[in-house]
Amino acid sequence: MALSADESARLASILEQYSDQIISRWTEIASSSLRGRLTPSELGRQIQELHRALLSAVAANGFELSGEVAVELRAVLDELSRSRARQGFTATETAISVFALKDALLEVIQGSDSEPAALRDYLTFSAVVDQMGLFTFEAYTKAREEVITDQAEQLLELSTPVVKIWDGIVAVPLVGTLDSARAQVVMERLLQTLVDTGSPYAIIDITGVLAVDTQVAQHILKTVVAARLMGADCIISGIGPQIAQTIVSLGIEFGDIVTKSSLADALRHALRLQGIDTARRAARRGA
Amino acid sequence: MDRVPVLKIGDILLVSIQVDMEDQLALQLQDDLAERIVETGCHGVIIDITALDIVDSFVGRTLSSIAAISKVLDADTVVVGMRPAVAITLVELGLSLQGISTALNVERGMELLARSRDEEELLPPDEADDEVTASS
Repeated sequence: MALSADESARLASILEQYSDQIISRWTEIASSSLRGRLTPSELGRQIQELHRALLSAVAANGFELSGEVAVELRAVLDELSRSRARQGFTATETAISVFALKDALLEVIQGSDSEPAALRDYLTFSAVVDQMGLFTFEAYTKAREEVITDQAEQLLELSTPVVKIWDGIVAVPLVGTLDSARAQVVMERLLQTLVDTGSPYAIIDITGVLAVDTQVAQHILKTVVAARLMGADCIISGIGPQIAQTIVSLGIEFGDIVTKSSLADALRHALRLQGIDTARRAARRGA
Repeated sequence: MDRVPVLKIGDILLVSIQVDMEDQLALQLQDDLAERIVETGCHGVIIDITALDIVDSFVGRTLSSIAAISKVLDADTVVVGMRPAVAITLVELGLSLQGISTALNVERGMELLARSRDEEELLPPDEADDEVTASS
């Protein structure tokens, strides 16, 4: 919705003439909804910035929120929504900071004159404010979505370390639920580590995996087969009693893949395959 | 036409594939390798596929048959240096390269060959040794 030259000139003059009154009232209403979670000076700065941007936007001819003249106003609104989204304010609290302008304007217009034209003006202005509010809302949602995607990515990065635990032995402690995307990441990273470190043994520890279904088992089996194709052996460890029962009742076949109940057992097994005698064996043999 | 070189190192034939594997090339390699094994009397073959980006089903099958042919000629075959991406693709395709032993790199492949050779030759005395200690 575009404002006519006449309307935007009137809005600009009101904003300019009563600027102090509008800003103070605007800040007052906005701060009441924020319940002191933003410092008054911070909020005041934001409102002043908004006021300045809006004034310069409507001062130009043919104001339209999506148009060329409102570039700065949009940037300010965007910045406001983003910072609010990151600070954890709700969408309503963010939008009210913009909608508060309506109340501030109404008081000024009522105070100035009571002509019927004032009502028309007010309706036009309030439509502009509505648009600004909607824009804020959209920017807020977008910022929140970005936060969520970032976090999902970070989680994916965090949750799949491949550690070298001995010369020629690497381990992957899997934690949480294993979906296709994560299984893919784990698989690629494990295989790459095998190549990089030249390790012929890998231990996949599933102590932290809450549940094993056919799909998860399928992913693990694929990883083991791929590692085998590359010339490395995988040992699966950390299978708890509950998971062992599930695996059997689901009819999942691990075939000739070595499974151990604890990481320690798996490490001992891998060491023995490498020809390194562990203390326990040596002691038994000595006895 | 391109040919894949077959190098003799001690008791081992080393094949390093550096070009894209086409069907004809794979068959040529199979022929060459069979001839060279008989000619040199080597007991081990290492096929290095580090440089291969793609292993399709035909190449996979050829590798399997090379391993089988070598086995008949009393030579063990080890495929080394398969890339993670290639391994993942093969698994997704459901190809498991039956009858092929694999190793991470040429060095490990040579160790593997030496070990399996040792086991074949040293197994009888090793067992006898065990029996002696058990009885004593």
